[in-house]
Amino acid sequence: MSIKVISPGLLTTIQDYGRTGYQKHGIIASGVMDRYSFRIANILVDNDENEGVMEITFMGPMLSFQADTLITITGGDLSPNINGEAVPMWRPVLVKKDSVLSFGMMKAGARAYLAVAGGFDIPVVMGSKSTYIRAGLGGFKGRALAKEDLLSTLQTKSHLDKFKTELSKQSEQGSFVTTPWFFAPTHIPATSENIAVRVTRGNQINHFTEESIQKFFRKPYTITPESDRMGYRLAGEVVKLKAPLEMISEAVSFGTIQAPPDGNPIILLADRQTAGGYPKFAQVAVVDLAVIAQICPGNTIAFVEVSLKEAEALYLQREGDVKEVKQAIKFHLKA
Amino acid sequence: MVSITKELSVDMYPLGENAIMVEFGKCIHPDINRKVMAFVEYLEQHPFEGMLEYISAYKNVTIFYDPLLVNALPIEVEAGEMPLSYRKMVQFIEEVLKTIDMNKTGQASIVELPVCYGGEFGPDLAFVAKHNQLSTQEVIDIHSSGEYLVYMIGFAPGFPFLGGMSEKIATPRRSSPRLAIPVGSVGIAGSQTGAYPIETPGGWQLIGRTPVELFCPQNNPPTLLHAGNIVKFKPITLKEYKAIRGANK
Repeated sequence: MSIKVISPGLLTTIQDYGRTGYQKHGIIASGVMDRYSFRIANILVDNDENEGVMEITFMGPMLSFQADTLITITGGDLSPNINGEAVPMWRPVLVKKDSVLSFGMMKAGARAYLAVAGGFDIPVVMGSKSTYIRAGLGGFKGRALAKEDLLSTLQTKSHLDKFKTELSKQSEQGSFVTTPWFFAPTHIPATSENIAVRVTRGNQINHFTEESIQKFFRKPYTITPESDRMGYRLAGEVVKLKAPLEMISEAVSFGTIQAPPDGNPIILLADRQTAGGYPKFAQVAVVDLAVIAQICPGNTIAFVEVSLKEAEALYLQREGDVKEVKQAIKFHLKA
Repeated sequence: MVSITKELSVDMYPLGENAIMVEFGKCIHPDINRKVMAFVEYLEQHPFEGMLEYISAYKNVTIFYDPLLVNALPIEVEAGEMPLSYRKMVQFIEEVLKTIDMNKTGQASIVELPVCYGGEFGPDLAFVAKHNQLSTQEVIDIHSSGEYLVYMIGFAPGFPFLGGMSEKIATPRRSSPRLAIPVGSVGIAGSQTGAYPIETPGGWQLIGRTPVELFCPQNNPPTLLHAGNIVKFKPITLKEYKAIRGANK
């Protein structure tokens, strides 16, 4: 059971939740940028929520399926199609042997996630299948996928059998079959301007001028081209300290918005360093990290302040939603 | 600052809705770092439901947690402005800190790192010497006679932030960073010294190279050095460097 890479796209890597528990050794966590789309992808094909998936960035790959394979595509809409026919996202899809999956225009969002039932056969390094390219660590040979790569899957017959009844409800013509049911995402931005991202106040925000704080929450910021999985560099109103602040290096986290001396904020993301010494201006609410992951360079963000209590409530609500999706899919598969 | 006991005061701050920073002091000092290490040792031995991982630094420890799981912990807390999971974490940590002996001076592990100084491995050794009006041999003697506390690991996999370097060999960073610093390079930046576990860009003054692997992803733990270790540098010849490199391959 394998998938052959005909062309790799712009940046296609294997990622899972990331290397939890190794940041104390200075190991970069890595993992998917959009954890929500990632979890839903695995749930849709009845995988463990943390199974490794393909993270597809801006421009998708061309993949040839060498066996009947159960997949799902979630995340940003990069116009996936199988043998030229548009393939619906956010639902299980049985791809027939010898079919070719390719991608087209970036219609909404920035990153798509492709999960296969059973997962990819990728060695687990420090508890994770995630790729960290800078250190050549994990994933498929420590790098982004390349032309001619052959990815083995861990799909077995039982994975396909589980979905047999559901898939047989749809017509058998064409090069793929989908279920009648699907997940309806709400977090993929529909526009490219003033995309709302909720943040809480950072621990050093009061060291910045009141004017800087007000502008930060009123004026949009553009994501610059110097943005990647490590962090997004923002252009907009600079944030100014009231007085120089000498920080002693300490932990940063996924979504920390720090402000270096030039005053241009940086949002730290999946491939962030474990520690840093710049003042922390704000922190992206965990649920909106999935939104951040779906924003492209050139798009603008409008930061919205929420309290930590509101951020926690959003977090708990998201966990509740995911639980419901899981139960609904279990129900479909048993019915 | 909350006084936990007569001797111990800590500050706690949120880092978003899923992490808490526990801070034992305000500066870089071995006594403060010792408290950090004592708390870390407790967390290693008593991981609790809801804790995902921690990152320790010079003066604080950041615990990452799952608010859903922490909210389910049987910890009684009063109502407050902060989220429930944060209040539970504060309560939990305050109780834990009362039980830890912060003044326990555990035996620090000493790790000796062989270093081949100068030559092609230490292209900035002469600059460091000149900057401090010393001979290159004096720089080597001073650098290799010190004992360095690993305050924290970070920046890159296994990269040690070392304290305790003599001011006599302190040298500012290079005005323009190198694009690639070879694995094992030992360098000086201001009054800090350190060794590069992976190839990465950097502006440190390079004075030598160690043949020992500081980061090995196949090992558990994957890094040679850990916070709380004492590092000593031992000068070796190029021949010895090659022998150790060869034995490691």
